[in-house]
Amino acid sequence: MDPFWSYGLMIAGGAGWTLALILAVIPVGIVLGLLGAAAKLSSWRVLRLGAETYTTFIRAMPELLVIFLVFFGGARAFNWLLAAVGFPEIQIDFNPFLAGVIALGVVQGAFATEVFRAALLAVPAGQIEAAQACGFSRWQTFRFVTLPQVWRLALPGLGNLLQILIKDTALISVVGLADIMRNAQIASGATKQPFTFLLLAAAVYLLFTTVATAVMMLLERRANHAWRRA
Amino acid sequence: MDFELIAEAWPDLLKGAGLTLQLLFLPLAVATVLSIPLAIARSSHRFWVRIGPAAYTFVFRGTPLLVQIFLIYYGIGQFESLREGFLWENILSNAYWCAMIAFTLNNLAYITELMRGGIQTVPHGEVEAARAYGMSGFQTYRLVILPRMWRTILPAYSNEVVFSLKATSLASVVTVLDLTGQAKVYYSQYYEPYDFFIAAGFLYLIMVFVITRVLKGIEWLLGADRRPVKHRGETPAAADVADPATGPAGPA
Repeated sequence: MDPFWSYGLMIAGGAGWTLALILAVIPVGIVLGLLGAAAKLSSWRVLRLGAETYTTFIRAMPELLVIFLVFFGGARAFNWLLAAVGFPEIQIDFNPFLAGVIALGVVQGAFATEVFRAALLAVPAGQIEAAQACGFSRWQTFRFVTLPQVWRLALPGLGNLLQILIKDTALISVVGLADIMRNAQIASGATKQPFTFLLLAAAVYLLFTTVATAVMMLLERRANHAWRRA
Repeated sequence: MDFELIAEAWPDLLKGAGLTLQLLFLPLAVATVLSIPLAIARSSHRFWVRIGPAAYTFVFRGTPLLVQIFLIYYGIGQFESLREGFLWENILSNAYWCAMIAFTLNNLAYITELMRGGIQTVPHGEVEAARAYGMSGFQTYRLVILPRMWRTILPAYSNEVVFSLKATSLASVVTVLDLTGQAKVYYSQYYEPYDFFIAAGFLYLIMVFVITRVLKGIEWLLGADRRPVKHRGETPAAADVADPATGPAGPA
């Protein structure tokens, strides 16, 4: 087979890893973001302070530095933790994929915290009072009144985060995940045609971000159904 | 954490931070200047004027910065005709300048879109008023549209500066010894993953803090007419007549 096609196929295979990474990070980011937002709006000072420290530090640190910290230091910290709680015989190692999910999840979580916090604050207080007046418990108020609206209010912000996430996944290639970027580099080195294959990689990323934009537009249209004008 | 190790690395980390600041401000300054005409073209009503900048921002905002750096640093070498002469020997084979070029192009795309948003929020009535006063298109932009745009985009612009600062760390991937690069070098010497990366992170935090504070200050200075009017011993009626530069004060 022509080397262009075989290396092209290799880059397409790398797209599978990139996609897997994106899909694995999204739930981590959303859960961390919701927890962070809840902590920031909590009446406990310790939680507020903790969440504030988390978002301030992580949002100021370059993603690459977070990835290095998790990839080179994450396993050691985790093994210490395991030994501390009484499992010194278990030793785990972080592979690039796991390190990527943790590092990017933590970064996304910090940004998502701000998105969710703003969305939670945007739900009118009168509605929450009304729910309580109707006898809803705090959990019911959250589940049936606040959460459905948070989703709608947070969607545009989450869409921006998804764009950032897709582009950040390329950084995991630096610690060795065989994603689009890594395979494009290998193809570049083997064929001495770096421009061709890096351009191909760029095109695949562009496809990813374009599809993500379209999906977010659809989700926003669905979420705003009730707000659409006649 | 071993503070002796950090103390040993500290001078190099500071040197790296200096390089990081160079990688931030030079591309940012060039991109900011260039994005003004690009943003004006991008918000044009004519399709053929708009399409060029639109395609540019679509591609550069839709692909990872790492790909852009690699395309410039490694990719250009594929073209034989470019592999000689002044440009190649001094700029294109130098990782530092390749990173500079990539950051400039990348910043240019983001700031252009930012400015387009700022230009499009200027109320049409103001542009019409400027035209009615006999201002030329250039004067309208210089005196009415662009000053308003700056005030609108400044909060988002300062976000962009912070993102750009963090993005400079990618230069370390193409062998530039910026702050992240220095931390990585010390890591590979001692295999201590926490000390150097956390010390570097701390320096980034300080830089982000100082930069956001300075930009907040500029925002405050530019927003003079949005602050409540202070009556410096004058009668309230006199204070309501604001200076001609900012127009009537109105209810604060």
